[in-house]
Amino acid sequence: MISTGSELLDVTLLSLYVSGMATILGSAIGIPLGALIGLKEFGGKGAVKTLTYTLYGFPPVLSGLVVYYVFSRAGPLGDLGILFTPTAMIIAETFLVIPLVTGITITSVVEVDRSIKDTVKALGASSSQSIVTVMREAWVGLVMACMIGFGRVIAEVGAAYLVGGNIDGETRVLTTAIMLETRMGHFEWAMSLGIVLLSVALMVFLFLRLLQEREML
Amino acid sequence: MKPAICLEGVSKKYDQIVALRDASFTVSKGEVFGIVGPSGAGKSTILRIVDLLEAPTEGKLLIDGQYVVANSVRAEAVRRKIGMVLQKPVVLNRSVANNLGYSLMIRGWNEDRIAEVVDAELRRLGLNGRRKTNARNLSGGEMQRLCFARAAIHDPSILLLDEFAANLDPTNVALLENQVQEFIRKDPNRTVVIVTHNMFQAKRMCTRIALIWDGEIVEIADRKKFFESPDDARTAAFVGGESIY
Ligand SMILES: Nc1ncnc2c1ncn2[C@@H]1O[C@H](COP(=O)(O)OP(=O)(O)OP(=O)(O)O)[C@@H](O)[C@H]1O
Ligand SMILES: [Mg+2]
Repeated sequence: MISTGSELLDVTLLSLYVSGMATILGSAIGIPLGALIGLKEFGGKGAVKTLTYTLYGFPPVLSGLVVYYVFSRAGPLGDLGILFTPTAMIIAETFLVIPLVTGITITSVVEVDRSIKDTVKALGASSSQSIVTVMREAWVGLVMACMIGFGRVIAEVGAAYLVGGNIDGETRVLTTAIMLETRMGHFEWAMSLGIVLLSVALMVFLFLRLLQEREML
Repeated sequence: MKPAICLEGVSKKYDQIVALRDASFTVSKGEVFGIVGPSGAGKSTILRIVDLLEAPTEGKLLIDGQYVVANSVRAEAVRRKIGMVLQKPVVLNRSVANNLGYSLMIRGWNEDRIAEVVDAELRRLGLNGRRKTNARNLSGGEMQRLCFARAAIHDPSILLLDEFAANLDPTNVALLENQVQEFIRKDPNRTVVIVTHNMFQAKRMCTRIALIWDGEIVEIADRKKFFESPDDARTAAFVGGESIY
């Protein structure tokens, strides 16, 4: 159990690190992917969109299971030996972020007014320049995508538990710690950890809100 | 006179609506060509097709004597020689200076050169004090002047103007009209096409004018003939009706 302040700090920081990295990686993949899907014309676009939206509900424990298998000793990448490390957790969480960020990005760029898209083209932008400019016009939506992605992984326990293993001092994060404390009957501790979890999420959201509201120049 | 823009039997259908029917005409270099007609006649559709924003349902388009197809790779290069002010003035979510610089930035100009040209343009617009403001905070008229400047800042050889002075006071209208005249005078290879509801503006600016009605070109004539002795009764009615106010 978590008994000292420095342990609590470690667990909190690890939560932030894993969720933050997964959000950054998932957004780095999901935002460009969503922009391409939203703005390019191609066959099967409707199906790709539907698939993306369906994956919003992708169960964390399933993502954990796949990553677990891949990095387990018998798995194809077992030699890397990263199972039960924060890296494995980040990978599993990234898969949870990607569909959300991709889907919200698709919606955000599609919603950018046609008159803006026409203007950008008329000013002479190439198709890749247009995509970048439209993404910038969709800024509020893109930050929203990151927020929702972060919200999903900071709160999730299934994948973190499965591939992290809740190892004390190594892969224990706030959500898995809460699970453990609850099981051990330390309800007050568990509740306090819950409040820490909420506060951490709140701070990150506040930061992203500021980023979202930032005036573009 | 060398042709700058040529439409060959161009039609545009949207679902049930025929926005443009079998339009054929040529605009030569050095001309200020006017397109007038009632609301919904298809004026913007013509400009959008010429700027390769819209592909015609039928017919062909030549720019500078060469066939071009919208959405092709070459269309992007051709569009870079054209400056267009769309009917609805839209600014990008960035500063006034960066809105102006956008046209140059995407053409790969270097930063020093962009800063120099944008600076001169801001002074001319009287917006230098607001260069760092987000352009969305400008007034409607200021936005419209910004949109005009942004479309012309890269020295295009063809300028397409869709109601480019619609929301402006007489002083600013005169200012922009002078800029258009100056644009065309500077280089004989330049071409301007103006869509307008304002008959006085057409009379002041255009060398030749087309009346479009319900997707069809009714008449194309030199300014004098268009206003004084048009062939088609509809032209006479349109010109006469408009000049009452
Ligand atoms: N994207 C579109 N989808 C469907 N119909 C369209 C579209 N764009 C234009 N139209 C229709 O085509 C016709 C011609 O439109 P256009 O914008 O060219 O008219 P206009 O002459 O510019 O009118 P205004 O003076 O009001 O600007 C109109 O009936 C319009 O409703
Ligand atoms: Mg129009």
